[in-house]
Amino acid sequence: MVMQFLKKAGLGVLLAMLSMAAHAEFTWNFPTPATPMAMDTLHVHNKFMVIVMIIFLVVLGIMIYSIVNHRKSKGYKPATFTGPSTRSQVIWTLVPFAILLYIDFILMGIPAYHSVVMMEDTKTNADMVVKVTGSQWRWQYEYMSGDAQGIKFVSNLSTPQDQIDNKEPKGEHYLLEVDNHLVLPVGKKVRILLTSTDVIHNWWVPAFGSARDAIPGFLRETWVRVDVPGTYRGQCKELCGKGHGFMPVVVDAVPEDQYKVWVADQKVKLAAASAGADKVWTKEDLIANGKNVYEKNCAVCHQITGTGLPPAFPSLAGSKVINGPIFDANGKVLKDSHLDRVFNGKNVMPAWKNTLNDTEIASVITYERNSFGNKMGDMVQPSQVKALR
Amino acid sequence: MSNATAVHHDAHDAHPTGIMRWLTTTNHKDIGTMYLTFSLIMFLVGGSMILGVRAELFKPGLQLMRPEFFNQLIGVHALVMIFAALMPAATGFANWMLPLQIGAPDMALPRLNNWGFWLLPPAAILLTLPFTLALFGIGDGAVATGWTMYAPLSVQGGIGVDFAIFSVHLLGISSVLGSINVIVTILNMRAPGMTLMKMPMFAWGWLITAFLLIATIPVLAGAVTMLLTDRHFGTHFFDAAGGGDPILFQHLFWFFGHPEVYILLLPVWGFMPQILQTFSRKPMYGYKAQVYSLWAIGALSVVVWAHHFFTVGMPVPALLYFMYSTMSISLPLAVLFYCWIATIWKGSLSFETPMLFAVGWIILFGIGGLTGLVLADVAADAQYHHSYFVVAHFHYTLFAGGIMGIMAGVYYWLPKMTGHMYNEKLGKIHFWLTAISFNMTFIPQFFLGLAGMPRRIPDYALQFAEFNMISSIAAFALGLSQLLFVYNIIMCVRGGKKATDKVWEGAQGLEWTLPSPPPYHSFTEQPTIK
Amino acid sequence: METIDPKEKLAKANKKLGLKLLWLVGAALLFGFALVPLYNVMCTVTGLNGKTNATADSAKTHLDAKRTVTVEFTSSVMPGLSWDFYPKQPSIDVHPGQIATVLFVAKNVANEAVAGQAIPSVSPGLASPYFKKIECFCFTRQELKANETREMPLRFYVSPDIPEDVKVITLSYAFYNAVKTTN
Repeated sequence: MVMQFLKKAGLGVLLAMLSMAAHAEFTWNFPTPATPMAMDTLHVHNKFMVIVMIIFLVVLGIMIYSIVNHRKSKGYKPATFTGPSTRSQVIWTLVPFAILLYIDFILMGIPAYHSVVMMEDTKTNADMVVKVTGSQWRWQYEYMSGDAQGIKFVSNLSTPQDQIDNKEPKGEHYLLEVDNHLVLPVGKKVRILLTSTDVIHNWWVPAFGSARDAIPGFLRETWVRVDVPGTYRGQCKELCGKGHGFMPVVVDAVPEDQYKVWVADQKVKLAAASAGADKVWTKEDLIANGKNVYEKNCAVCHQITGTGLPPAFPSLAGSKVINGPIFDANGKVLKDSHLDRVFNGKNVMPAWKNTLNDTEIASVITYERNSFGNKMGDMVQPSQVKALR
Repeated sequence: MSNATAVHHDAHDAHPTGIMRWLTTTNHKDIGTMYLTFSLIMFLVGGSMILGVRAELFKPGLQLMRPEFFNQLIGVHALVMIFAALMPAATGFANWMLPLQIGAPDMALPRLNNWGFWLLPPAAILLTLPFTLALFGIGDGAVATGWTMYAPLSVQGGIGVDFAIFSVHLLGISSVLGSINVIVTILNMRAPGMTLMKMPMFAWGWLITAFLLIATIPVLAGAVTMLLTDRHFGTHFFDAAGGGDPILFQHLFWFFGHPEVYILLLPVWGFMPQILQTFSRKPMYGYKAQVYSLWAIGALSVVVWAHHFFTVGMPVPALLYFMYSTMSISLPLAVLFYCWIATIWKGSLSFETPMLFAVGWIILFGIGGLTGLVLADVAADAQYHHSYFVVAHFHYTLFAGGIMGIMAGVYYWLPKMTGHMYNEKLGKIHFWLTAISFNMTFIPQFFLGLAGMPRRIPDYALQFAEFNMISSIAAFALGLSQLLFVYNIIMCVRGGKKATDKVWEGAQGLEWTLPSPPPYHSFTEQPTIK
Repeated sequence: METIDPKEKLAKANKKLGLKLLWLVGAALLFGFALVPLYNVMCTVTGLNGKTNATADSAKTHLDAKRTVTVEFTSSVMPGLSWDFYPKQPSIDVHPGQIATVLFVAKNVANEAVAGQAIPSVSPGLASPYFKKIECFCFTRQELKANETREMPLRFYVSPDIPEDVKVITLSYAFYNAVKTTN
């Protein structure tokens, strides 16, 4: 009876899996590796899986033999042994443990040792450094060396809320798409520095084979060298609050020349943003621009409608902070004013000075002061934000 | 089972009836019954929570709940299952069976025993109360940080975290009291002639569990107390700003957390060989080897904790140490597996429900153990860590290895406790439904993890959809199958075929020398062991 | 002659053993709290968490002019601190044992005085025991007057004992609002 059931159960599982094999989207194993580390991890994983599968099947085989043959219903008379009694029995008992010792510390232990050393080798021959800062619930990237030094941007989930709420069909890269991709040159060893400004996050791209925590106040590092050009997607994998499932990592690995073009392009954009901060904006332009910025960055917590999610995330409608003055008589920023709160953050509220540029901060503040029923009527010019830096 | 035991009590030893009986009882069987009942109820509570989670994960998109609520469900599910279902079940068995197995009249410290139990219901209420409070607009729900309560997320969290901290304190005190009682009972109350090395294996499993609990629960209590003071009293244990360190919390937590895994499993490893020998009609294989292995695992369990957070970044020597020490656990564990299988080998096997669960348990727990061996590899762990691969792994160890083991124990001892046989056919159906739907739930999760799905996310990318759908359907089958279990137990308590004193043909041990159900005071005359 | 009831004797023995075990629980609780300083010692010795010294190191060292180490600087301003804070230079090359001074710029954008506390962290962690600070603004809390800008100096050297294969060290400062960090 047991056997029959086992067969049936096994068949059921097999059938279910075959019927799914018709789809091609999912995978049975790690994604195709794109870095030496991921390649190594995949090999180690495959090897270990084969080893444990063999152990499992051998032991299962022995058990099934016993279950089938040593049955009372077949009239099998029980033996009475309680341990190995003769010398040869003792030796046979020790053999499995010798094998296990060999598997643990030689067969698995030695490749594992080399993998660890490789994974932790961030210090030799890095071509460039990128600093990754996690915050609830977005990643910020900063290029620390080389031509790209000074490039700094935020990477937000770009999947529309309506797709998440099942109000419109889900796109191809549902939940794994962001507005600004991290761009890395192919074949270069990139040292990745990680930190966080609030809780612990974990920066993970499965195709890279490396995952490392981003810890508030402390610096961590890992490295990647992407050998195959392409777009790679991953996610935060340390529970970091309600947006944990909504802070993907997207990395474009591009050939060196394309990378140079991208860097030059970013530099131009940075210069333009800086110039934009110097010109005088109209209130309407600021509000229009601010709505964009708000929906990308602020709506996660304060909601599109500005109602927030009290008590964790306060409502912006009629908020005391928003409906108060920003500057004192001398034109200096007041403590706990609207600008102070957005610029410097407080507790769960991030410090947006790290992630938004002057124009964006000025726009979003102007937008908030003139929306959700707030009728301040005033505005903040990007140049006033720039003066704070 | 209450009525049945009450019938047998000595006439001169009157005790209160009704609710007061249960509130004031110091009888080991009454308390054991309460523990087991509590455990069963909380098992269903924790199970329904996770069915909510699986329903949300049935397909991509947010259907049923907000991410905040999702996070509350997963964390409270784990806390309930670990602290309020698995641990009380093991304590329930200890209360019921240890005195019977070692020939004692009762547990050593009966009053302590009563307190130990009655701390549990308030703890469970504290843990789940914030759900209800949130309905009335107080606070923002239960603890939403996962059961690990990592700082600084838990420092940031709402009142749910405070409730969870106090709940963990109560649960901790309860299990420490239970442990003290178990140790004293085992060391002081054994029947004359029963030396330590003649003790039933269940007593050994529990003795080591109790010492592990005493050594590690206070560390957890300390860690959550520090969390509490960080939250409310301006300390900076886990805050870099004041010279603290968030990673310290993970060290403290897992210093408790890893032994906790063995705390959940050792009692099962104790009684499982007894079930195997009963249905093999053959003496236990390698008694001494098993005892030494249990001790070895107990000792190793307190020195491997950091393998739970390899990805926080550690020096290479530390990584290597924790990797190899973790791998070493496979050796004593292999000794146990060897002994379990050798106990079956050349026996005269029959497959009543407890034996089905026991054999299924060896196989499925084997998968948990082997995937654990793979997880020890630091480099590959960067991929497995906090992915669904880990979720599948620890459900093979804790659901298959823990809960299915407990179920084997329930079917094994239920006739002894109630004096009635349970419905064998229903028991077998329960086993097969559980085993199949369990595998259908968690095998897909292995593949999800490998493909790159992180755990604790309320919504997922489209390539994870198929496996999640299978897993969700199977999870509901698994959940509903447990209703058979509950039904079978209730019917067995209320009546059924009369059980003999020995119950099982191959049963060995003192508990089978007493009537079924045993008298109110187990052994008034202690038996002498040759 | 008094006879001792064996039952009573057992109950007494049980109570005694139970109390002894309670001591064990107490010891475990103490141990849990003792892990906090123990962990900090571990961190300082091994650089487990990239922590560096919080007080001044001695300036006694010797120069190893054959080797060069690149020291990179980065900073994070944590939410709630109304400052800008950044290194004046992204990196410098030093010989082990060479004492160098670098500047960080801090600017208070609020119209009132604000105090901050800098928390240093060094990566890779194994380099942190060899990173010696002689003078650092991170040793004490720093207060900036309303709208004040100040250059904050750091005097340091990299110990000549640093392993050969470490060629790049990154020093990061996380600046916190010190109002919340008063101990």
